[in-house]
Amino acid sequence: MEGISKSFPGVQALRDVQFEVQGGEVHALVGENGAGKSTLMRILGGVHQRDAGEIHLRGQPVEIPSPVYARMLGISIIHQELNQVPALPVAENIFLGREPRRAGGFVDWKTMYARANTLLQDLGLPIDPRRRLGTLTVAEQQLVEIAKALSVEADLVIMDEPTAALTVEETERLFRFIRDLRPRGVGIVYITHRLEEIFTIADRVTVLRDGQYVGTYAIGELTMDGLIRLMVGRQLTEKFPKEPVAAGAPVLEVRGLTSRGRFTDVSFTVHRGEILGIAGLIGSGKAAVAHAIFGAIPVDSGEILVDGHPVTIRSPSEAIAHGIGLVTEDRKRLGLVLGMSVTANITLPVLPELETAGFVRRREEAARVTQAIRDLDMAVASPEQPARNLSGGTQQKVVVAKWLQTRARVLLLVEPTRGIDVGAKVEMYRLMVDLARRGVGIVMISSELPEILGMSDRILVMHEGRITGEFPRETATQEAILASASGRIHRA
Amino acid sequence: MRDILRRFGILFAFILLMVVLAFLSDSFLTVNNLLNIARQVSINAIIAAGMTFVILTFGIDLSVGSVLAFSGAIIAGLLSRGHPLVVGIGAGLLVGGLIGLVNGLIITKGGVQPFIATLGMLTIARGATLVYTDGRPITGLPDAFVWLGAGEIARIPVPVVIMTVVFAASYVVLTQTVLGRYIYAIGGNEEATRLSGVNVAFYKTLAYVISGALSALSAVILTARLNSAQPTAGMGYELDAIAAVVLGGTTLAGGEGGIAGTLLGAFIIGVLNNGLNLLNVSSFYQQVVKGVVILLAVLLDRRLR
Ligand SMILES: Nc1ncnc2c1ncn2[C@@H]1O[C@H](COP(=O)(O)OP(=O)(O)OP(=O)(O)O)[C@@H](O)[C@H]1O
Ligand SMILES: [Mg+2]
Repeated sequence: MEGISKSFPGVQALRDVQFEVQGGEVHALVGENGAGKSTLMRILGGVHQRDAGEIHLRGQPVEIPSPVYARMLGISIIHQELNQVPALPVAENIFLGREPRRAGGFVDWKTMYARANTLLQDLGLPIDPRRRLGTLTVAEQQLVEIAKALSVEADLVIMDEPTAALTVEETERLFRFIRDLRPRGVGIVYITHRLEEIFTIADRVTVLRDGQYVGTYAIGELTMDGLIRLMVGRQLTEKFPKEPVAAGAPVLEVRGLTSRGRFTDVSFTVHRGEILGIAGLIGSGKAAVAHAIFGAIPVDSGEILVDGHPVTIRSPSEAIAHGIGLVTEDRKRLGLVLGMSVTANITLPVLPELETAGFVRRREEAARVTQAIRDLDMAVASPEQPARNLSGGTQQKVVVAKWLQTRARVLLLVEPTRGIDVGAKVEMYRLMVDLARRGVGIVMISSELPEILGMSDRILVMHEGRITGEFPRETATQEAILASASGRIHRA
Repeated sequence: MRDILRRFGILFAFILLMVVLAFLSDSFLTVNNLLNIARQVSINAIIAAGMTFVILTFGIDLSVGSVLAFSGAIIAGLLSRGHPLVVGIGAGLLVGGLIGLVNGLIITKGGVQPFIATLGMLTIARGATLVYTDGRPITGLPDAFVWLGAGEIARIPVPVVIMTVVFAASYVVLTQTVLGRYIYAIGGNEEATRLSGVNVAFYKTLAYVISGALSALSAVILTARLNSAQPTAGMGYELDAIAAVVLGGTTLAGGEGGIAGTLLGAFIIGVLNNGLNLLNVSSFYQQVVKGVVILLAVLLDRRLR
């Protein structure tokens, strides 16, 4: 790809960008949120049309007018934003639009399910191809999306943040698959914000910044710090700007909380100014705990206390009234109203604070939103831009900004840095410290061990719906947490 | 250019339609005829305004035509027995709102799909009308009431004045108020809205109440204009109302669109009806032409999106 430019109303997403992948190579594409990575790949996948530039495939200039055409050219793409049909079974999602046929054009269901089964097994996924996709977790859906891309005999596989929702083990499995593809001459484009992955899997890396091409480098000639500097244009001093905050009185206490089929007998206390990390593998029920406290899923037994007083929370609005906020892990489905503006999304939970006789005080609202955009350094063309048009990481920032508006006393953060870039991550952590200093109790539920270790004052580990370990910051190690996460009980 | 077309595509279609009709018929572009069109449009437009609220929440209200008939019968029944105007009209609006409330509760508390719930209500309200009127029109309405359908204020027909007020108010509600925000948010992503602490069931129900009350308001106009309540009034009106909303650019998928487009949509349908009448097109062909134009307009609109 050469001289590629693309603009959307109000944004120049790409300006004169070049990019090249060779067969048998894993080529990483990195850059901050909104740098234009997904846009560049969507052009290659036939989703967007470029304004200028040329695309060559196997030395020949090509036009890619549609996704179907891209697939015919041997280009397969795993989109950052899952685009699947929740109501259909897994197998039908995998083969959507290219179902195996029998004579007469009828879908050959048997072959389809058999092939889906093999595919999922090859990937080591214990997923029944008959299950409806909507019943899977985000991580499982992501794995299905990967299976789908790999089921096409493609010469070029584009992976746009495939591991954002995956655990270490699942990521390892994906890497094994990628290593298998490489000798077959398949070219792979790999987009990620987990930069350490690049050093594990990639051969070369191309860096974009603000829609412009910065450079392409062999992985051997780069260090992590060097790569970050190329991405953000400056040196990042510390990855985890953790500062000790004296913990105050308990602000949230959970006693014996149980939600059948999800988690059992979960008890913990969060103090004012404390960051409590909850680690655990996918399926450990750690996200469900947050949703239950927030009143979004039913609780069968147990007690919740806020500021020492028992409270009943049957709905999110009651949780909010008690000063609890929840940043969900699935921004598209649970976090945002994609068709609405950035402004409307950010103020959605606090409109009652911003109204006079039912009318929204627009000026005050605009001021708050402008402040939030500045605080979190969001890449938005205008506050009136629909959330749908934002880059994935910027969308995540909008979700976070929304809950910062509520001035909650307890913030439940589920995978708060999923899909956001290195620079923004540090901003996010700084924000957490800031909130803690203001006396907010923070529960950070995350699959990213480094951030759990780097930011938490105390760490709980969950396994199969139960708490299996508790570690103070000082003695927590990666090994100990992983051991608890796989079921070994540990109390320090 | 594309952007402008996208925003104003339906407006262009409307203007084009006006120009074509002005060429085809001398009597089309006269003040009298235009006011006449506005008067005819007002009934469907007011129903469509309520329908816009409902569709924005990713719902649908098929009961509007029957609600119109039933509240019309209630109003006429009370007025013909000599009750004061406010009592008759107030009762009519109340009944419309209550039916909307029932629709909303069946949908939000009972978990029934809007299409089914309001389809049931369509039949129930029509049946109730027939029972109440015994299948006969109710006549003998006071002059003051008839004025609401046939009167004028400074040459502007009263129904047109009412329609203007309804649309101005709806516009303000949808664009400036918390209620409006919630309506869009619910239609855009109900679960995310719920997780933002919004009482989704309440606001969804409210949309159906608004739709029911506005159907009753159009019953006031229709009953006054006909100087009687007809048990079969409003049959098929739900389709014209939905067509107006969709023509106006509000998607049936909810969360996107607006009230201004609905007004335009209602006028396109009204102008088309009027033009085809002026051109002496038989009413059989009229239906075909109307359907084709609606489909073309919506197709054009989707193409530009
Ligand atoms: N359909 C669209 N309409 C308008 N603007 C868009 C659209 N798609 C992307 N953009 C804008 O283009 C820019 C680049 O977005 P892109 O999604 O390519 O970023 P990215 O590098 O993939 O970021 P992230 O790491 O957050 O996923 C952003 O400013 C984004 O808001
Ligand atoms: Mg992206």
